[in-house]
Amino acid sequence: MPNITFVHPDGRAQRIDASDGESAMQTATRHDVSGILAECGGNAMCATCHVYVDEGWLARPPAMGDDEDALLDGAAAERRANSRLSCQINLAADLDGLILNLPDRQL
Amino acid sequence: MSATSRIDSATPERSAPAGVPHLDVDPFSTEFFEDPHRIHDLLREAGPVVWLEKWAVYGVARYAEVHGVLNDPLTFCSSRGVGLSDFAKEKPWRPQSIILEADPPAHTRTRAVLAQVLSPTAMKGVREHFTAMATAKVDELLARGSFDAVADLAEAYPLSVFPDAMGLKQEGRENLLPYASLVFNAFGPPNQLRQKAIERSAPHQAYVAAQCQRENLTPGGFGACIHARADAGDITAEEAPLLVRSLLSAGLDTTVNGIGAAVYCLARFPDQLARLRSDPTLARNAFEEAIRFESPVQTFFRTTTREVELAGHRIGEGEKVLMFLGAANRDPRRWENPDRYDVTRRTSGHVGFGSGIHMCVGQLLARVEGEVMLAAIARKVASIEITGPVKRRYNNTLRGLESLPITISPA
Repeated sequence: MPNITFVHPDGRAQRIDASDGESAMQTATRHDVSGILAECGGNAMCATCHVYVDEGWLARPPAMGDDEDALLDGAAAERRANSRLSCQINLAADLDGLILNLPDRQL
Repeated sequence: MSATSRIDSATPERSAPAGVPHLDVDPFSTEFFEDPHRIHDLLREAGPVVWLEKWAVYGVARYAEVHGVLNDPLTFCSSRGVGLSDFAKEKPWRPQSIILEADPPAHTRTRAVLAQVLSPTAMKGVREHFTAMATAKVDELLARGSFDAVADLAEAYPLSVFPDAMGLKQEGRENLLPYASLVFNAFGPPNQLRQKAIERSAPHQAYVAAQCQRENLTPGGFGACIHARADAGDITAEEAPLLVRSLLSAGLDTTVNGIGAAVYCLARFPDQLARLRSDPTLARNAFEEAIRFESPVQTFFRTTTREVELAGHRIGEGEKVLMFLGAANRDPRRWENPDRYDVTRRTSGHVGFGSGIHMCVGQLLARVEGEVMLAAIARKVASIEITGPVKRRYNNTLRGLESLPITISPA
């Protein structure tokens, strides 16, 4: 079972266990990580589960779809090269230890 | 008393499939509209899949099965209609929707167009104006003190922002709510509500058909943005008016009932209004929770494209499956204290806007409208008191009120 770490804007790190087949967003909401809203529930339709993938992990998550790409343009916080929607990051075993940085806002 | 009767049944007597619990409840009756929760509980507890004798359809009312059906659109299709009527057997009452009543791959292309027109970026463009209009509306209502929260707030506010955002002309806007009411009644069975709505539909249909045309839509509005996508080659010139029609069908009455639900919640649960007032940033979640709690869109159907096993039951091809969104949103298997309206609840995952590829394409617009209205209430209103009889409005799909007399006091 992979575990992932969400780093809050104040630097606080929150390490949590993921279940098989979950997305990073689902893991976050199940553990009540503040800073991940996920208003659409994981359908890539709202851009409120925005994260910045930590530099060391950029190559690992699955490729970005067109929907996600378009939504990130409208995300509330600044879009950066490492921006992703956490609902589109499925936590396969090779993402064990993944570090995701939270933006200062989702709305 | 029931708005429907046995002779309305769409299909002649069919026996319940073996092993599937069968119920004789009618989810399209006034009895149901008045109090769906008791019957939702009955449906959920009967089993993961039930058979509804009255209309000879399968039903799912638990969260897991509703979510599962919504997220398997190739097995549970929309192109045969998302109401009781099966388009493989019956002619649709209006030209079929090219987004709501479509499956991939056709749906993927039209969906992408509306998703872009109603994107988070597009919402940034309307937010400031919507906020100013909500603030002005609450000021006006505070000056009046007592009013009907349905007509004067839940309807008046969306009517003051949505038609302009679409780019509609002033004339004829009184057709918008009757048209939407018709569309949502038409998803239901051939009961009185549906038949009467269709009988009276000609002027509303004519109005909407005309407003979908490019020359009737103001530049810069959502309608014009859709037509611009035809220029870009993403859709054809014939498809553009049909996509405008989708927004006119589903973009107004839904937010009316969503905002109405939220105000009704805040009026009934003063502790939650107090919580919201203490932290107006909860406004957006308070709206979302009202969508979960009341589920303004109660039901949709799907049609099976093949024989499928659902929660251990075999369902044949060409069967209608009725999804009880409102029941899923209060399923104790998924929600803690489901019957409690809690503005701090983590609402992510509710199916009030659906789920999967057909999830409400206007959900961001609905949230902006709901949030800015509830934020204005949170800042300016100290109390909401119900001062007269609360009357329910009957619609085959939409849950909402006909009348909610309230008195509000300033903060």
